Amino acid sequence: MNIFIQMWRSLFRTGVTDSPVHRVFRVVVNFSLHLHPARVSKNGIKTTYTFCLGGLNVLFFVMTAITGGLLMIYYTPDVDKAYANMLDLENVIPFGTFLRNLHRVSAHAMVIAVSLHMLRVFLTASYKSPREFNWVIGVGLLLMTFLLSFTGYLLPWDQLSYWAVTVGTTMAENTPIVGAKGPFSVLGPEEDMRFILLGGTSIDQPTLIRFYFAHCVGLPGALVGLMALHFWRVRKAGGISRPL
Amino acid sequence: MNDKIEIKERLRLLTVIREEALLRQRDIYPREEKVDTWPNLLVKELIALLIFTIVLVVWSLVQDAPLEELANPGLTPKEAKAPWYFVGLQELLVYFDPWIAGVVFPTIILVGLALIPYLDPDPIKGVGRYAIGKRKFATFCFIFGFTMWFALVAVGQYFRGPGWNFYLPWESWDSPKEVEVALTNFPLVAGIAFLACYYILGLGIPAVTFQNFFWRLGLIRYHITMILLMTMMLVPVKILLRQVFHIRYIVQTPWFNI
Ligand code: HEM
Repeated sequence: MNIFIQMWRSLFRTGVTDSPVHRVFRVVVNFSLHLHPARVSKNGIKTTYTFCLGGLNVLFFVMTAITGGLLMIYYTPDVDKAYANMLDLENVIPFGTFLRNLHRVSAHAMVIAVSLHMLRVFLTASYKSPREFNWVIGVGLLLMTFLLSFTGYLLPWDQLSYWAVTVGTTMAENTPIVGAKGPFSVLGPEEDMRFILLGGTSIDQPTLIRFYFAHCVGLPGALVGLMALHFWRVRKAGGISRPL
Repeated sequence: MNDKIEIKERLRLLTVIREEALLRQRDIYPREEKVDTWPNLLVKELIALLIFTIVLVVWSLVQDAPLEELANPGLTPKEAKAPWYFVGLQELLVYFDPWIAGVVFPTIILVGLALIPYLDPDPIKGVGRYAIGKRKFATFCFIFGFTMWFALVAVGQYFRGPGWNFYLPWESWDSPKEVEVALTNFPLVAGIAFLACYYILGLGIPAVTFQNFFWRLGLIRYHITMILLMTMMLVPVKILLRQVFHIRYIVQTPWFNI
């Protein structure tokens, strides 16, 4: 066999012949395409039906994950180093600014796309049986997306992040019953919700490391797990919703 | 290349079951025209991927991520704003105490969203198309909440300056704002009566006026739906009370205020 043909065939396990069976085969045997069914309903792939929003969420997530991984190489979750790391990214590391920008922009895009995806699913009544629980999983994805963005906000350790997170975590202090300043509070400031969240009574090293873990490991892990469930449910519901 | 399919793996076919047979009985399935995923769907996905990758790259080339001075707990900035997607909740702090704006509302929003599929009494209306006219009540509730969230974000993000005072986007933040007008509270009894009437009438009147609607939802669905709706409407009501009637709290107690 010609060496190039051999290489090509080792890469793509099916030939290039085109026939209905080949088309089906090509999707079914390909690992990265097996998330898809071999055949899809015509209504579901109309661009003006989904506006690609679910898929775009995946793209934006993958983009934040790749750029995030690269950023982790240059970042130390230490209050004495984090800000200096940011300055290095801006001034020393080649394409550091671009990397940071791309990470931030993809995260913003994801917050927007996840909201619009929810809107489209609602407007097409796609949450109705048998997709009720997939909508609930979606609400989980929505929450994870927001929390990911929020925890990432603290990491640059500049004035912007510090005070934005101050605003956010003050809310925890006001939780009824379990917040030190909330109505009917039973816990003091050294044992309440905010204390658990910050790892102390003010935003400091313990907070940074908590947010860092949540942002880089905990929340992305949860998001990937929920996404897998989400896609599996889309398939099990018989594909994308369509007129009944 | 020969025309026969080349199957390199040895596959053993046990049985073929029609997709429909695997689905649960109660699920309603349309018979609908299908097309091959390759190339019909995959080509679209590739195009979307390329376009939006370019969008992200261009966007990050033209806009730099902000980086301010090193975090300094001793120096409160002129305006401390939450990240933009939470600014709507921060804007609500003008109208509600933090335990409501920051804890109770977000919880109700998430729980309410998750309950939507179980509250909607109709299993098929509008599925698979943008048939908003067929689901007027559902669409109204959702769009109202969705729009309000982003309207509050916009106000908080673009119209609030130092001290969370109202500034037009082109106004200088240096021009000081006059101190806020004096606010009053409802007397305790009147406030409790107001809230009680608000919910009782809000739940009662539609139940009597739209009896079909009431019976279609049933007791439990109806009450959850309407309590969620009336709670959402509390936001515009409270904004109105404050901005027009200069009322700060509807109910004020030593333990909590609403
Ligand atoms: C990280 C976030 C999310 C990702 C990556 C994601 C991904 C997807 C994808 C790829 C689909 C296939 C159809 C399409 O592209 O529209 C889908 C469908 C669906 N999503 Fe999401 N989604 C996310 C968040 C959400 C949220 C927030 C909700 C609702 C609260 C939701 C509810 C649904 C439902 C019910 C379907 C089935 C729609 C149908 O069959 O027409 N998802 N999702």
